[in-house]
Amino acid sequence: MTATAEPEVGKPRLRKEDARLITGQTRWTDNIQLTGMLHMAVLRSPVAHARIRNIDCSRATAMPGVALVLTGEDFAAEQGSLPCAWPITADMKSPPAPAMAVDQVNFAGEAVALVIADNAYRAADALAAIDVDYDELPVVLDLAEAVDDHDLVHPDLGTNKCATWVYDSAEAGSGTNVEDEIANAEVVLERTFRQQRLIPSFMEPRSVVVDPSADMFTIWSATQIPHILRWMLSATTDIAEHKIRVIAPDVGGGFGGKLQVTPEELLCLLAARRMGRPVKWTETRTESMMSAHHGRDQIQKITLAARRDGTVTGLKVELLADMGAYLRLVSPGIPILGAFMYNAIYKFAAYRFVCTNVFTNKVPTDAYRGAGRPEATFAIERMMDELAVELGMDPMKIREMNWIKHEEFPFTTVAGMTYDSGNYEAATARAMELFGYEELREEQERRRADGSAVQLGIGISTYTEMCGLAPSRVLGALRYAAGGWETASIRMLPTGKVEVITGTSPHGQGHETVWSQIVADRLGVPFEDVEVLHGDTASSHKGMDSYGSRSLSVGGTALVHAADKVLAKARKLAAHMMECDEADVEFASGSFSVRGTSTARTLGDVVLAAHVAHDLPEGMEPGMDADATFDPDNFSFPHGTHLCATEVDTETGMVKIRSYVAVDDVGTVVNPLIVDGQVHGGLAQGIAQALFEEAIHDETGTLTTATFADYLVPSAADLPSFITTRTSTPATTNPLGVKGVGEAGTIASTPAVVNSVLDAVRHLGVRDIEMPLSPERVWTALQGGSADASTPAAGGLGSIDSQGGQQ
Amino acid sequence: MIPAEFKYLCPSTVDEAVRMLAEEGEDAKIIAGGQSLVPVLRMRLAAPTALIDISGLTELTGVHDAGDSLLIGAMTTHYEVQRDHLIHDHALLLKLATDTVADPQVRHRGTFGGSLCHADPAGDLLAPALALDAVMIIAGPDGRREVPASEFFAGYFETAVAPGEILTDVRVPKYPGWGAHYEKLNRVAQAWSIVAVAAAVQVRGGTIAAARVGLTNVGAGPVRAVDVESALVGQPATAEAIAEAALRASAGDGYKDNLARVLTGRALTAAVAG
Ligand SMILES: Cc1cc2nc3c(=O)[nH]c(=O)nc-3n(C[C@H](O)[C@H](O)[C@H](O)COP(=O)(O)OP(=O)(O)OC[C@H]3O[C@@H](n4cnc5c(N)ncnc54)[C@H](O)[C@@H]3O)c2cc1C
Repeated sequence: MTATAEPEVGKPRLRKEDARLITGQTRWTDNIQLTGMLHMAVLRSPVAHARIRNIDCSRATAMPGVALVLTGEDFAAEQGSLPCAWPITADMKSPPAPAMAVDQVNFAGEAVALVIADNAYRAADALAAIDVDYDELPVVLDLAEAVDDHDLVHPDLGTNKCATWVYDSAEAGSGTNVEDEIANAEVVLERTFRQQRLIPSFMEPRSVVVDPSADMFTIWSATQIPHILRWMLSATTDIAEHKIRVIAPDVGGGFGGKLQVTPEELLCLLAARRMGRPVKWTETRTESMMSAHHGRDQIQKITLAARRDGTVTGLKVELLADMGAYLRLVSPGIPILGAFMYNAIYKFAAYRFVCTNVFTNKVPTDAYRGAGRPEATFAIERMMDELAVELGMDPMKIREMNWIKHEEFPFTTVAGMTYDSGNYEAATARAMELFGYEELREEQERRRADGSAVQLGIGISTYTEMCGLAPSRVLGALRYAAGGWETASIRMLPTGKVEVITGTSPHGQGHETVWSQIVADRLGVPFEDVEVLHGDTASSHKGMDSYGSRSLSVGGTALVHAADKVLAKARKLAAHMMECDEADVEFASGSFSVRGTSTARTLGDVVLAAHVAHDLPEGMEPGMDADATFDPDNFSFPHGTHLCATEVDTETGMVKIRSYVAVDDVGTVVNPLIVDGQVHGGLAQGIAQALFEEAIHDETGTLTTATFADYLVPSAADLPSFITTRTSTPATTNPLGVKGVGEAGTIASTPAVVNSVLDAVRHLGVRDIEMPLSPERVWTALQGGSADASTPAAGGLGSIDSQGGQQ
Repeated sequence: MIPAEFKYLCPSTVDEAVRMLAEEGEDAKIIAGGQSLVPVLRMRLAAPTALIDISGLTELTGVHDAGDSLLIGAMTTHYEVQRDHLIHDHALLLKLATDTVADPQVRHRGTFGGSLCHADPAGDLLAPALALDAVMIIAGPDGRREVPASEFFAGYFETAVAPGEILTDVRVPKYPGWGAHYEKLNRVAQAWSIVAVAAAVQVRGGTIAAARVGLTNVGAGPVRAVDVESALVGQPATAEAIAEAALRASAGDGYKDNLARVLTGRALTAAVAG
């Protein structure tokens, strides 16, 4: 075994996973073919709110190849209610959430019947032969109207309001009373922002295969959460947990969209049990868009109190958050994750956050990249710009006045979080320099003076976020049903190769590469000698899976602890082998030696000795394996400064990003290439919210943006070449010093873009434009019209859906 | 893709394809590059009983010099249109519009004829075909007939191609030395036009001798901006004259109406310059 000389941590390693992922030489769920496998297709409600009067399956049942047609009623006794693991308040209203509607449908896209057939084509054919009789009910779509309880989504609940959650700094003792600050303020700004509904748009559509043979249910699913899925499926059905094995093979993205226990996973399981044969379900893109959970969809009313010198004294946040028709796994908690982030990097005296979750007849919402934090960051960063405008101050100056100084860390915020480390000055200075802030301001002046048709705007976003979900005791205090720890195991194989088992569940992030780098450094073994196993509850028996930028800071720390345990045992055995005192054993580059002598044993020698167990110290067990579980004490807090310059064509309303600088501080960087990749993708998604993406429903509740021709996900061609770099202020709360990077780009970029567009056109009388900033909306705002114009575009996948999309 | 069941047929001549269309009846469909038809099948918005794949008909590919016009085979792909020298020299507008269609993958499969037959009002090749006075050559059970572009586009996704017929070629008069430009506004690269303007201009001695302007996605089909054209002819090729003429473009509703004017101005400016 050769030792690695150069440290692996910090190396821009190409990803181990890429060759197989890029060439398709891997196993995606939909590739799985089992003997005797049947196929499931799901009939979905075309209406958003209706009583089901009757479902006639007789024609479908008689069709060729059809094995079984089932309705919600057929499964009513066994399907239970899909789990919601986050009852945010004791009195939260939680309607039953059947995997398949039994007597009422509450959103267009909800499952009402399913067909099991011998192939996917025949299953789809039979859907058209199922006749459903609906008694339509009034549709509740608008969030602001839904709170009035005029029409009810779930009449049994008596209200559309699901729960109200409050954080108040005066009550919590973390600050003063916000109403007092508002009453005494020299400046009070009140703004309302809309976070449009978004669709996670993972690349691989969802897919499930359930094999009920061998007295065990083996479930392959394109999921982010194999461990949670196993637990929740057993909690929802009468199938015991130890009789379920969940495997997440290679999974093509999730963005939070696969952090779910889906109706289809449950239905596939029950169908396979009923048939006694394997059953597969794979969704189409449109099916995904109209039934997999959506993200965001909030109305944010923000009140900011400040002094004339620019010091912010109080912030009040009043939210309405659209849950859609049901509470899915963590739906109610998503806006609450933002509660701790509205104060962002700033020192405010007072803070109050009130969020009311509301039911509507739309697809349920749940986690989507950033989950609560993009909304918070957007609101506060927009408000800081609004304050700068109000006071005629430079927007960066006003941020600087209010932010936590480097020397003030660790800092306990008005929202009760303790930020361990940060250096906002350094990240900002670097960003300003790379951006050429002053020159752009000068050009902006020139264009304004010339009355140029293309105006230039500059947008700032100085952000932080909380990552590393999460200290279990904090989750408990927030009434979350699970813990936030993570686990890792290391198995040293007799040839010195290393098997790592992780409880995280990568779905595109590159954990195999990064985990290998960490272990290579820790144990002094070659990068190539490490194999990372994940995503199978049979090999990785416990874990809390991947979301919330948690995998490295929590799962990586568990891995470090497991490696340290291996080394501790190996050191003991090495001392025994070299007949010296353990205190005299030194370990470097994969080799143990006796201090001051040339006597040495490689880790491989020691591992083999442990494996054959011919001569072990008294009481030592054979083998060289270790498990570790890590429960963090605190979150981690990446931060950064993003600057965006946009050119706004005032004649067409078209926005073009001219340059984008992102300086992120994610602590220690294990693999810069992967960090850059995460930042680039994150920026694309955050920019997409600002400019392109929006889930639109017509007045009947039909999703009109149910194809990628209508729901505009940008490609590389629509984005600038990003300038990204980093400052590094290591986290003090984990041994790696890492903070998490999965969501940073998405969280930071949306307000940078919107601030920049508004900066370009504010002098023309525009005060706000609703997201996404489509050319029509920008142009309409420039005409002095309403900023939320939305006219359906002809075209789209023109041929297919002329109603969809947005100009 | 999980479409409904269909029969798949591969003719090797146009005559055979026409015969197959007749035999299979009116629920049969031609499939060319499949870039519009496949999404329709995938979403089960249509369930043709038979697909007649004309991609093997070599007689429908390529661009030929026919004296004062070009003859473009219906199966010529977007990619081939983009790279063809005859088109570049004599019908530049067509190339420039094709450059903006979708992405390289789609352009390698999608065909010129398929785009015209599909007749999506947001399709980018309809307005150039109309502006350039293209003539469609259609084969049917009774032989071939020619239909000018002005009569070919019959409305929303509708053309003069009747059931049982195939578009075989498109005849495009030569426009040597004309300046051209296709000005398209779309939100992301792979999205369709919100509005686009196709312009071709002939400038002689600083004067606009002739002008052709077509608008994309402002109605049920492509629209020829005849008022703009007539306002330009005989005018000096100046910014003022263009701005004046562009004001005559229109497209009904507020935003699109504005775009029609703005993009017409830009298309003409670029066409005159280039
Ligand atoms: C992602 C994507 C983006 C796109 N973006 C654009 C865009 O920006 N601008 C744009 O203009 N287009 C765009 N398109 C459409 C593209 O240009 C298609 O190639 C074109 O619309 C159809 O050509 P096709 O050869 O693929 O036809 P097919 O899909 O095979 O056929 C389309 C229709 O025409 C009929 N048909 C085809 N050929 C003949 C023939 N010779 N005779 C009679 N009937 C025929 C078929 O029966 C069918 O009804 C896009 C397509 C995709 C998939």
